[in-house]
Amino acid sequence: MGRKLDPTKKEKRGPGRKARKQKGAETELAKFLPAGGDENSKRLSSRARKRAAKRRLGSAEAPETNKSPGAKPLPGKLPKGAVQTPGKKEALSLFNIARGKKRPAPTHSSAEEEEDSEGDGVVNQEDLWGSEDSDAGMIDDYGAGSNSEDEDEDDGEELLPIERAARKQKAQEAVAGDQWSEAETDEEEEEEQVSAESGPREDEESEGGLQINVDEEEPFLLPPAGEVEQDTQAPDLQRVHKRIQDIVGVLRDFGTQREEGRSRSEYLQRLRKDLATYYSYGDFLLGKLMDLFPLSELVEFLEANEVPRPITLRTNTLKTRRRDLAQALINRGVNLDPLGKWSKTGLVVYDSSVPIGATPEYLAGHYMLQGASSMLPVMALAPQEHERILDMCCAPGGKTSYIAQLMKNTGVILANDANAERLKSVVGNLHRLGVTNAIISHYDGRQFPKVVGGFDRVLLDAPCSGTGVISKDPAVKTNKDEKDILRCAHLQKELLLSAIDSVNATSKTGGYLVYCTCSIMVEENEWVVDYALKKRNVRLVPTGLDFGQEGFTRFRERRFHPTLRSTRRFYPHTHNMDGFFIAKFKKFSNSIPQSQTGNSATSTPTNPDLPNVNGQVTPKSESGSPSTKKAGQAKQRLQKQQHPKKSSFQKQNGISKGTDTELSTVSAVTKAQASSKLQDSSQPPETAAVVREPKEAGKLKQHSPKLQSFRKAAFRKQHAPPKAMDTDLPAAPSLSKTQATPKPEDRDQPFGNTTGAEKVKQQVAEQPFKKAAFQKQNGTPKGPKTPTMSSRSSSQPPPAKRRKSQSRGGRQPALTSVDG
Amino acid sequence: MRPLTEEETRVMFEKIAKYIGENLQLLVDRPDGTYCFRLHNDRVYYVSEKILKLAANISGDKLVSLGTCFGKFTKTHKFRLHITALDYLAPYAKYKVWIKPGAEQSFLYGNHVLKSGLGRITENTSQYQGVVVYSMADVPLHPQGEKDLLNTHCLHGGEIYLHLILTSAYNGSTITYYIRNEMDIQGPGANSPSTSTAGALSRPHTPTPQDSVSVSL
Repeated sequence: MGRKLDPTKKEKRGPGRKARKQKGAETELAKFLPAGGDENSKRLSSRARKRAAKRRLGSAEAPETNKSPGAKPLPGKLPKGAVQTPGKKEALSLFNIARGKKRPAPTHSSAEEEEDSEGDGVVNQEDLWGSEDSDAGMIDDYGAGSNSEDEDEDDGEELLPIERAARKQKAQEAVAGDQWSEAETDEEEEEEQVSAESGPREDEESEGGLQINVDEEEPFLLPPAGEVEQDTQAPDLQRVHKRIQDIVGVLRDFGTQREEGRSRSEYLQRLRKDLATYYSYGDFLLGKLMDLFPLSELVEFLEANEVPRPITLRTNTLKTRRRDLAQALINRGVNLDPLGKWSKTGLVVYDSSVPIGATPEYLAGHYMLQGASSMLPVMALAPQEHERILDMCCAPGGKTSYIAQLMKNTGVILANDANAERLKSVVGNLHRLGVTNAIISHYDGRQFPKVVGGFDRVLLDAPCSGTGVISKDPAVKTNKDEKDILRCAHLQKELLLSAIDSVNATSKTGGYLVYCTCSIMVEENEWVVDYALKKRNVRLVPTGLDFGQEGFTRFRERRFHPTLRSTRRFYPHTHNMDGFFIAKFKKFSNSIPQSQTGNSATSTPTNPDLPNVNGQVTPKSESGSPSTKKAGQAKQRLQKQQHPKKSSFQKQNGISKGTDTELSTVSAVTKAQASSKLQDSSQPPETAAVVREPKEAGKLKQHSPKLQSFRKAAFRKQHAPPKAMDTDLPAAPSLSKTQATPKPEDRDQPFGNTTGAEKVKQQVAEQPFKKAAFQKQNGTPKGPKTPTMSSRSSSQPPPAKRRKSQSRGGRQPALTSVDG
Repeated sequence: MRPLTEEETRVMFEKIAKYIGENLQLLVDRPDGTYCFRLHNDRVYYVSEKILKLAANISGDKLVSLGTCFGKFTKTHKFRLHITALDYLAPYAKYKVWIKPGAEQSFLYGNHVLKSGLGRITENTSQYQGVVVYSMADVPLHPQGEKDLLNTHCLHGGEIYLHLILTSAYNGSTITYYIRNEMDIQGPGANSPSTSTAGALSRPHTPTPQDSVSVSL
């Protein structure tokens, strides 16, 4: 079912196959550049011409009976399109016309004329490209959302330096290449036959131009439901694909193209089903993706997931330089290029005559195979020398070794992973790459602040659903459902909190945390980050990556903190790297806000960001409709009753929030999942209030411009935390404006409360601003973990050691001379 | 994790000294900080004191590795160097052998180096001397799949060649052995994939399933 990566067919793809699929700037450009049809005729090689002729013969022979019901759902036949005669198809130049026609309208308009000429173009192009590496596997997806661009890209592809280099390098391949292309041709012809059978359109074109032409002007009609059912028995991918295009086209211009009496949702439903069939996605994931992307982008995304990402490797600067490595690899017959402007160590491999994972250079640890997207979080983390860094989920050690290399093997890295099996690869990789400053441990990440804390920087590459790496693991398409996503999200929240707790905010150089996932789900990214913003004294800072798309600040019914704009999303179809999400936090206080844990929830909040709550809630209570208010009051009572229990429970747990959530929610995982639906449903009454928040946030920001807050943060660093808290107050609001509102949802849902917002309101009413500040002063000592962390970190660079090393330095020369 | 006992230290130092002689001193006394050897899971780790401090927080059963693994003690209390120590031994090696590019690959795949493949050799290299093998570009080499550091001995005779005396399980010439057998570096729970002592050339080696696995494009 559906179109899949077929390994057997993939084998036959020629050199530059991957390169061809890469969409960089050229692709983008190609979209805009007008391409003349004439250039195609020039590009026809003699062989291609022969094959084109052969094909024409073949298609002419194709029996009329092959006319499948494929075209039937498009009933009305108008004599209008008589312009196109079957004879046309015979003339080569007309192929080009067909192509030329297609080019100006690469976005698949629903006009049938274009579709047809395109369909024609498919076959022809195969001929054109047969001599190179047209591959049979690709015929299916021809004309998919991104395909016409692919075609354009192909044109440019010829000129790519990679290809030229490859050809130069292997002159003898010319012979082999012949054979190879011969094979290609065979395969292609087979394919043609197949397509002739499965895709009746071509046949029709060759036989009855009249019919086709009739279809051409016909607007796309959504097939009735009954017919759809038939389809599912043995879905004809060609048709499905066609329909996808059509529906996308219709939806793009719904007002004029729609069929009378059909609603948008009907179209969408049809599209969803078709996409699920064609790309073999599960219904759930596809729905999520449809929420995430606009339709045209969605098709591109799905298409990109069918193609593997280019192989990239990272130079291990501990052992070699990129130039040397590139030279060494080129000498071994590897075809590579620098990865991009943004990376000084990355190389992208186009093709290789040797296994790239088993060269002597690889075994000597001169490079690491690593996806481009995996380098980004480390670059965002920007580790400095002599720091103490925690990599919470480190397997298989790619990012860890990158950190080590940026630190030049100084300082300490604690590489942790919960999976013992995967740690083996970490050990191997780190040793191979010559990383000597790493400790590898095997803890559950959630235990972290308890084991060791006070790190300058923490990298949390959280376990996720892997929706960004579908091209690597297509199983994700079907095996994920709502539960999995929420389970991941839950784990991620726990991990993120303990990661934040492990950071030492008073670190001179650091205090940063990078959170990343290889998922593109909002639940696992923005939602988690937003949650952490509410829960801890952290703020988002720019990742330092100058590309990638901004994170969402609003997604469907959810509203996130406005600073989520500084997070970055990466997609396979736009950046040609795995789907990825990166957020960088700066921790500005070691104290843990207590409002949610309920230690003093009702009467004495120690939460430093309460002023924010204040500022933010007041407008809400104003805007709150009477009905919600009432409900809120009623719920407040409930809340009060529940709180004592909760708080006592939390007191027992005492130390860290992370563990608390862990304990309390382990059983609540399922609850959380169940209640997540509740959550959604409970959202609407609140959204009215929440929507206003960005404005509020804006106001608050004016009060505390960033510069100010930075200065203050710096000031605080010099002083003892409790004192600094006061000065920090103005900075805090900028941090967590929207936070309070959604927070209760996240937290309280598992406990069956939907009254979070009301609760906060209540708190706010009870505590005046001053009190909050006072509490904050108290708050610092309350966080039991923080003092120890800071003391530990301060004891980190012991002066004694330096003295020792100096004395040793004195001795050193003598020894070397002996040696020499 | 604990410091080495006197006996263990002696055994280990003897082994290391075989390769780097008195330069051993340089490993222990370093200008850039205190480095020490620690025993964990029978493995000896060479680690900076700074790192050691942090590692002290981690309980023994959760600690997997720290610093650089130098080798391990066998059950009979012999010491085996691991290839991971090569980075430290190579700069200080007393006796070196350089091999020509042509012989490089064959050596990496676990074969002997014939005289013709010998580029240079340190003078006065005695028979059975532990040597470190370099490529002509001064890259220290080790045969793939050899988890112990080269127990390379230099034989003097009618035909001089470097003979790999394979003291430990030698698993054929799979190039990915190193990667696939991290567990051996790591410690217990690791199951050595094969205990056959298949020689490089003379004896037929039976490829294990892992042999066929290779990281490739």
